[in-house]
Amino acid sequence: MAHAPTSSFKNPVVNWIDQRLPVFTMMQKEYGTFPTPRNFNYFWNFGALAMFVLATMIVSGVVLAMQYTAHTSLAFTSVERIMRDVNWGWMLRYIHANGASMFFIVVYIHILRGFLYGSYKKPRELLWILGVVIFLLMMATAFMGYVLPWGQMSFWGATVITNLFSAVPVVGESIVTLLWGGFSVDNPTLNRFFALHFLLPFVIFAVVFLHVAALHITGSNNPLGIEPKGPQDTLPFHPYYTTKDLFGLSLFLIFFAFFVFFAPNYLGHPDNYIPADPLVTPAHIVPEWYFLPFYGILRSITFNIGLPFSDVVLIDAKLGGVIAMFASILIWVLMPWLDRSPVKSYRFRPIYKWWVLMLVVSFAMLMYAGGKPAEQPYVLVGQVGTFLYFLFFLGLPVISSFERPLPLPASIAQPVLGGGRVGAVAAAKPMEKA
Amino acid sequence: MRRLRTLILAGVLGLTGAAGALAAGDAPVPPAQEWSHGGVNSPFSMFKTFDRASLQRGFQVYKEVCSACHSMDLLAYRNLEEIGFTEEEVKAIAAQYEIQDKTPNDQGELVTRPGIPADHFKNPFPNKQAAAAANNGKAPPDLSLIVKARSHHEDYIYALLTGYAEAPADHPVPEGTYYNKYFPGHAIAMAPPIYPDGITYGDGTKATVEQQAKDVTTFLAWAAEPHLESRRQTGIMVMLFLVVFAGLMYAAKRRVWADAH
Repeated sequence: MAHAPTSSFKNPVVNWIDQRLPVFTMMQKEYGTFPTPRNFNYFWNFGALAMFVLATMIVSGVVLAMQYTAHTSLAFTSVERIMRDVNWGWMLRYIHANGASMFFIVVYIHILRGFLYGSYKKPRELLWILGVVIFLLMMATAFMGYVLPWGQMSFWGATVITNLFSAVPVVGESIVTLLWGGFSVDNPTLNRFFALHFLLPFVIFAVVFLHVAALHITGSNNPLGIEPKGPQDTLPFHPYYTTKDLFGLSLFLIFFAFFVFFAPNYLGHPDNYIPADPLVTPAHIVPEWYFLPFYGILRSITFNIGLPFSDVVLIDAKLGGVIAMFASILIWVLMPWLDRSPVKSYRFRPIYKWWVLMLVVSFAMLMYAGGKPAEQPYVLVGQVGTFLYFLFFLGLPVISSFERPLPLPASIAQPVLGGGRVGAVAAAKPMEKA
Repeated sequence: MRRLRTLILAGVLGLTGAAGALAAGDAPVPPAQEWSHGGVNSPFSMFKTFDRASLQRGFQVYKEVCSACHSMDLLAYRNLEEIGFTEEEVKAIAAQYEIQDKTPNDQGELVTRPGIPADHFKNPFPNKQAAAAANNGKAPPDLSLIVKARSHHEDYIYALLTGYAEAPADHPVPEGTYYNKYFPGHAIAMAPPIYPDGITYGDGTKATVEQQAKDVTTFLAWAAEPHLESRRQTGIMVMLFLVVFAGLMYAAKRRVWADAH
């Protein structure tokens, strides 16, 4: 190669490898000296935490797959064999089952960070969209994983969720048959879900790689939402953020371990310890907690949408619910363009600050309503939640147009090193507004 | 106190909605009991263990009462060593049962032989259909996981076993069923299974209905979560390690960042 990298590592073996394949140079550039804004708060730990949980899920999942049998007559007992007879099998399974919940907790906080600090804005639009793709893949993977133990909730959750696709006009029934591999949720369904549940995490891993690659092109956003102007605004990733991430990780591990060792079934459902029975329907079919907000949106569309003053139904309630549910996530993709404010961080946005709080409240309302039976007043709570949720996105172009942001600090280094806390500086500024 | 902590835990996670949905139902909430092990789903019982004597008495109740109708397919006789039976005792218990081998011998015959510790608990019925036919069309549920498979766990099983009563005038139950305060819908097909002094405990404990219900529920809790104790013990070690580790990481982070502020 004409432009061979000029490596200068002390270790001759490292040097030899690096001149032929510059992995060490790359690591040094991307994780060693990588210039990182110096003002991160602990919200910025959650990307690394998500990466850690993904690795944990893949490692524990591969080992579980060595003991699991994907057959309707054996799946349930094979999981119980892991719990009872496989050495440390109970720990592996509880790590994997609770790891799914941990993954969603971490990723929801990671996404909230993006909303709060405008991490979706130019130049990070693609980075954000790749994140949405990862989240959709996570949902599919988690859903199929929950089916594998073949308990009552596995079976009936799979039945309800796959049936959603039957709402699609014309091809709906064919899609459902394809998902099932037959005419009901049965052994072919379990087999294909297991195959896909094994495959998708590696697809996620690939998209995460692109997500991180895009991040290292634009550099990280930060709590002030202003781009670094020079070396005084940044710190090398190592050792500053490696140590901070490790501290954050150790706190997260305490939280994770608490669930694995002391409350391993707290986030699960008792019905999934009953083997699947197609002839007995559980009283309340509820998805895992992390799907409840979206399930809440699905169930909030209880009305048909038709031509006014006629009986013509354009979109029936079921299809409307499915559209609303998918739209509720896909609309995230449009965030970089729905938000017209040039200012990124909520700290300098007097209206958006409350607007994003509305999003969080609607999400909580939907999570609450999604876990309740489909009756009043829960349906109403869900409908108000759905309205506020979509209002956040659809009203955003309007509020971001007339919102007058507070003046931004001159640089990251100024409030960080200039004495006083960032908040104090930001709070002191409004009076100077022109 | 336990309930309060549980509520706080749920609140912290914002999961009250989900937890509430699970608890919802037609039947009254079973009263909370004291369990030697604190309950399989109790998060703040990390130092609690099963009462061994209660476990063994509970096995006796299962063996002499429940096992007439209820299977426990996931348990093997060898597992009984974990609740304090000796190897010889387990061999003797297993040998009381006639087990049919699952695979034919070299003559092509399915041999019936005395049980060995590696055998799983003998099912009272040859198959599910036979179990249903003998019980008004519905097979009695397998009890291996019953404590984890019901909301309120041990408290529900105990309340169900002790919750039989005369059907109130405004809530008659159909022929062939029994009124139970805690069963959803109140009409349960299972006849009241335990009676005062219905069995005689080997250790001299008085066999009241409450005592038998408590013992068998403790046994069923162990059966549903046999690694409960080692799970909690491992967890304590993991926590101790992680707390020290987090402290070290915090110190390292402070040290590194000292010159950056």
